[in-house]
Amino acid sequence: MAGNAWRSTVSRVMGAIKSPQPRTFSRGIQTVTLIPGDGIGPEISTAVMKIFEAAKAPIQWEERNVTAIKGPGGRWMIPPEAKESMDKNKIGLKGPLKTPIAAGHPSMNLLLRKTFDLYANVRPCVSIEGYKTPYTDVDLVTIRENTEGEYSGIEHLIVDGVVQSIKLITEEASRRIAEYAFEYARNNQRTSVTAVHKANIMRMSDGLFLRKCREVAENYKDVKFTEMYLDTVCLNMVQDPSQFDVLVMPNLYGDILSDLCAGLIGGLGVTPSGNIGAHGVAIFESVHGTAPDIAGKDLANPTALLLSAVMMLRHMGLHGHAKKIETACFDTIREKKRSTSRTSELC
Amino acid sequence: MHTTVMMAALTKALKPILGRHLGNTAKGQIIPPPAKYGGRHTVALIPGDGIGPELLNHVRELFRFSCVPVDFEVVHVNSSSTSEDDINNAIMAIRRNGVALKGNIETNHTMPPNHKSRNNLLRTSLDLFANMMHCQSLPGVQTRHKNIDIIIIRENTEGEYSSLEHESVPGVVESLKIITRNNSLRIADYAFKLAREKGRRRVTAVHKANIMKLADGLFLQCCKEVASGYPDIEFDSMIVDNTTMQLVSKPQQFDVMLMPNLYGNVVSNVCAGLVGGPGLVPGANYGRDYAVFETATRNTGKSIANRNIANPTAMLLASCLMLDHLKLHDYANMIRGAILTTMNETRLHTADIGGQGTTSEVVQSIMRIIQSGGPLTTEI
Repeated sequence: MAGNAWRSTVSRVMGAIKSPQPRTFSRGIQTVTLIPGDGIGPEISTAVMKIFEAAKAPIQWEERNVTAIKGPGGRWMIPPEAKESMDKNKIGLKGPLKTPIAAGHPSMNLLLRKTFDLYANVRPCVSIEGYKTPYTDVDLVTIRENTEGEYSGIEHLIVDGVVQSIKLITEEASRRIAEYAFEYARNNQRTSVTAVHKANIMRMSDGLFLRKCREVAENYKDVKFTEMYLDTVCLNMVQDPSQFDVLVMPNLYGDILSDLCAGLIGGLGVTPSGNIGAHGVAIFESVHGTAPDIAGKDLANPTALLLSAVMMLRHMGLHGHAKKIETACFDTIREKKRSTSRTSELC
Repeated sequence: MHTTVMMAALTKALKPILGRHLGNTAKGQIIPPPAKYGGRHTVALIPGDGIGPELLNHVRELFRFSCVPVDFEVVHVNSSSTSEDDINNAIMAIRRNGVALKGNIETNHTMPPNHKSRNNLLRTSLDLFANMMHCQSLPGVQTRHKNIDIIIIRENTEGEYSSLEHESVPGVVESLKIITRNNSLRIADYAFKLAREKGRRRVTAVHKANIMKLADGLFLQCCKEVASGYPDIEFDSMIVDNTTMQLVSKPQQFDVMLMPNLYGNVVSNVCAGLVGGPGLVPGANYGRDYAVFETATRNTGKSIANRNIANPTAMLLASCLMLDHLKLHDYANMIRGAILTTMNETRLHTADIGGQGTTSEVVQSIMRIIQSGGPLTTEI
C-alpha cells in the first residue's frame, strides 16, 4: 500500500525524466560529497541518487558519514575523511542529522557550520503547484546570515534574576552576506534585494548591517535595493507574499522569516536549503527532521532533499538538468495526491 | 471567600491612612481610578505622524457626535527634533491623566544612537509592561484563514528593545538583550490573569530557548512557575520559528500567546496580517498605573497619510478599548457594534482590505448607525 507508493513515485519521476534528451556534459563529471544522515536520511539519499542517474546528471557521489568525534586538544570535530572529501569536492548534499540529547557535543549542524564557515543560509521558497496551501503565488528567496547575530551564544547572568544575551554584528560578516545576496540576485536573474532590519530600535547593530548592505548595493546597480522593517515584512508577507523577491537579513530575523516562508509553501518537508561557506564550499540540505519512526519503511518523502539537490545543480551551473528534475518532481506531486499526507507527517 | 471579603473591607478602611501601598501589597495591583471631574474623563491624545493625526481627528469627531463624556488633552510630539522635551511633556500629560490614545511617532533611524525611539521611551518611562492585542477574524473581511481568535500578550519594556548597544572594537557592535525574572514573572502573571478573566483555556509561551538558553530559558522558567498557580489553564510552549510556520498554516490552534518583546513584534504583525491587515486590529499597552491605546501594529502609514484612504477601524476600536478601561461600557459597545456593522458592508471597505471606500465614508456610516440606534447625538 503506502510502502509501494514511494517506490512507484520514484520510478514515475524517473520515467518522466527518461524522455529522449540530448546528452550535454558542461564540465565533465563532478564529484559531490553525499552525507546521507540518520533516520530517513539513507533512503531519501538513495532515492535522489537513483533520480539523478535516470536524469543522466554528470554527478558522481562520494558518500561520507558525519559523526562528532573528539579530536586532539579535546575539541569536537567531524571525521577527517569527511572534511577532506568536502574540501576537495567543495559541493555537498546532506540529509537530516540527529543530535542526541545530552550527548556532550554540540549539534552536528553547528559543527558543520563552524568547520566550513558556512556563512549564508539560502532558502528559495516557491509555491508548489501540486501541493495546495492558502498561498499560491510565493516566489522568494531568503538569505540569512548564519554565523553571528543573536545566535552568538554569548550569555551572562549579571545578578540573580537578570540575564543578558549579546547580539553581535560585525562589519565583515555583514558585508560578506550582502555581497553574497547581490551576487545571488545577479546570477539568478532576480530583480530586487530587500534588507530586513529593525534599525529603529537596534540603532547601532542593525544600523551597521544596513550601512554595509547599502555600500554593497552601490556596486550592483542592476539590482534594486530596498530596506524594510521586520514587522512590516511579516505583515505584508502573510497578506501578499508575491511582492518580495530576495530578502537578506541577520541571523534571528532570518531564522524566523525563512521558517515563515517555508510555512507559506507547505512546510519543511518540501523546502530546499543551501549553506554557502568560505572558499567556495556549499552544502545543500533538507531541513526537516530524521523522522526515526518511519525510517526504513519506504514512506519518507524525498521532495526536500531532491529540491535541495536541484538547487545544488543550479549552483554548479547545470541548469538544464536542474530544470528537468524539478519539472518531473512537480509533475509527480501534482499527479500523486497521496504525497501530501506523507509530506505533512515529515513537517 | 469570607476572608477575602474581610481583607477587602479592611484594606478599604485603612487605605486613606496608609496610602496606596497597603492596597497594593494586600491585593496585588490596584490601578487608581482614572481622572474624572464633573462626570467627564480627560484623556491625553498624542497625534503622532503619518495617518495618526487624521485618524485621531475622526475619533474626536465621533466622540463629540456620540456625546461621549471624554475630553482630550492634545500633546504634540515633534519626531524630528533632537531634544526630549516634547516626549517628556507627553509623558507628563499621561501621568496626569492616567490614560492616553496615541498615534505612532516616527523614528528616523539615520539619527545617531543617542536619539532613542520616542515610542519606546514612552513605554519604558511609564512602565507599560504589557502589550495586549486581540486578533479576531471579522465576518465582513475576506482573508485566507477563517475563525482566528488569538490574544497576544507581549512583554513591552525589556528584551531586545533595551536600547543598550556599544561598539567595543571598530566594526564590531554588540546589542544587549536583557531578560529579568521580575518582568517575566509580571508579564506571565498578567497573561494568566487575563486568560482566566476572559475564559480562555490555553496559554502558549513563544521562545527560542534552545539557542538562547539563559535568556529565553529564564523567561520560559518564569512562565512555567506562574502556570503552576493556574491549574485550570493549560500551558504549553513553542519555539518561535515553528510558531510562525504554524500560524500561516493553522492559526486556529492558538488561544492566548505570551512572549518577550521581539518575538511579540513578529508574531503580532503576522497575526494582524492574517486577520486582514494593520487597519483592523487595535492594541493596548497596560502598566500598573497607566494605559495607552493605539493601533496594534504601530504603523505610521506615511505613504497613505492625508489621502482619506486610511482604515479608521483599528484606531476606532482602540478608542473603544479605552472606553472600556474608563468603565464607559455602554458607549464602548455602542461604537463597537456600529463599527462591526459597517465592516459587513463591502462597499465601505477601504483600500487596505480590498475596497474603494474612503475614511470619511466609513466614519459617516458609523455615525449614522449610532444615530439610528437611539441615544442622544449631536447633528451629523
